[in-house]
Amino acid sequence: MTAAPADSPPAKRPVQENAENPYIGLARAHRIAAAVVDPEIPVLTLEDLGVLRGVEWRQGQLVVKITPTYSGCPATQAIQLAVQTALAKGGLPDARVETVLSPPWTTDQITASGRRKLQSFGIAPPAGKKSIRAMFGEETVACPKCGSTETRRISEFGSTACKALWKCESCAEPFDYFKCL
Amino acid sequence: MSIPRAAKKPATAVEAAALFSFVLGLADDALVLGHRLSEWSGKAPMLEEDIALSNLGLDLIGQARFFYAYAGEIEGKGRNEDALAYLRDEHAYTNLLLVEQLNGDFAVTMVRHLLYAAFMHPYYEAMKASRDARLAEIAAKAEKEMAYHVRHAGEWVIRLGDGTAKSHARAQAALEDLWMYAGELFEMGESEQALVRAGVAADRCALRGTWGNTLDRVLAAATLKRPADRWMQTGGRAGRHTEHLGRMLAEMQVLHRAHPGAVW
Repeated sequence: MTAAPADSPPAKRPVQENAENPYIGLARAHRIAAAVVDPEIPVLTLEDLGVLRGVEWRQGQLVVKITPTYSGCPATQAIQLAVQTALAKGGLPDARVETVLSPPWTTDQITASGRRKLQSFGIAPPAGKKSIRAMFGEETVACPKCGSTETRRISEFGSTACKALWKCESCAEPFDYFKCL
Repeated sequence: MSIPRAAKKPATAVEAAALFSFVLGLADDALVLGHRLSEWSGKAPMLEEDIALSNLGLDLIGQARFFYAYAGEIEGKGRNEDALAYLRDEHAYTNLLLVEQLNGDFAVTMVRHLLYAAFMHPYYEAMKASRDARLAEIAAKAEKEMAYHVRHAGEWVIRLGDGTAKSHARAQAALEDLWMYAGELFEMGESEQALVRAGVAADRCALRGTWGNTLDRVLAAATLKRPADRWMQTGGRAGRHTEHLGRMLAEMQVLHRAHPGAVW
């Protein structure tokens, strides 16, 4: 449960690149952070997932703002570390990753390309967020392998916090469904 | 976890103390129930349910972390999430008695979860309008997650209640045994009432109808009988607990206390 200190001291020396032209450094930092992949769904980048909320310089320190998918998602810390590592490799050390809660992440923030990647990875992309409001309602989820909608939910909870376990009745394949939040 | 967004600072020390204990109560509720659910990991009735209970527990522990981090900042004495979770004794915990009850059989776990989630889902919904920006954003996140909790617990209570004679009897017994702990969901001390008036906390009493309706719908489909209203247990918010919390904390805290300051 140990977390990064709430207020890390700002780096003593500004990153070189920043000193010359802050905008170049920032755009590059954004590209590097956006390309980091989710440790649990390695086909999705942070950009695809829609969790990257901005990159900025603050008192000489690079700050990357990320929003968690689920409050208890164990990947959050792995993502923080991956972002810091990627930036350091790209010549931008000492970056701080900040958790931003508002506005809350929803599956609607997964990009169109992210949805396509999920589909081709064998994970059915989220249907639509209103479906979880209905207490006894069932969602219609198409099988990512054969496209049939003759599917059924095996469990609302799957291998990660964001996925449910489904099965296709047509091709008999079990599959993951990225559930709506 | 670093969350820099500053909420409106409480004006006086009294207000800060009230906010601290309110946030700590929410944190303790979530952590204690989250830990209880984690006790099912590896031994739930079937694999899917093992995963489901671990996921539900993880949501709660994540929510607890946000609340603890905020509580620590309000208090301003340098206590972080770990200090608040691992270094407080039983009587300093102010969680609801409901959430510390033993897992019992699967019916007890599901009925306990339904009683809690059917309240917390609308409660977080109401807390989204809190004038405390930080609480509002934690609530906005938690509310979405709790929708799944209500649905999952509700589906199981229906399946058990409307199942075999044995599962029905166990679900009804669980409901009877846990009912006396449900009253605390609607309890508010003076300082919490002041926070309600200030627009910081949501009014628990105003949610009695919503909670009752959700419960009635599930119980009707489950062919279970809602227990008659009767004397309710109280004391969790004041640190007076049932015998179960101390044992749970002993197990939860032992590693951290044996190796103070150790990190993964």
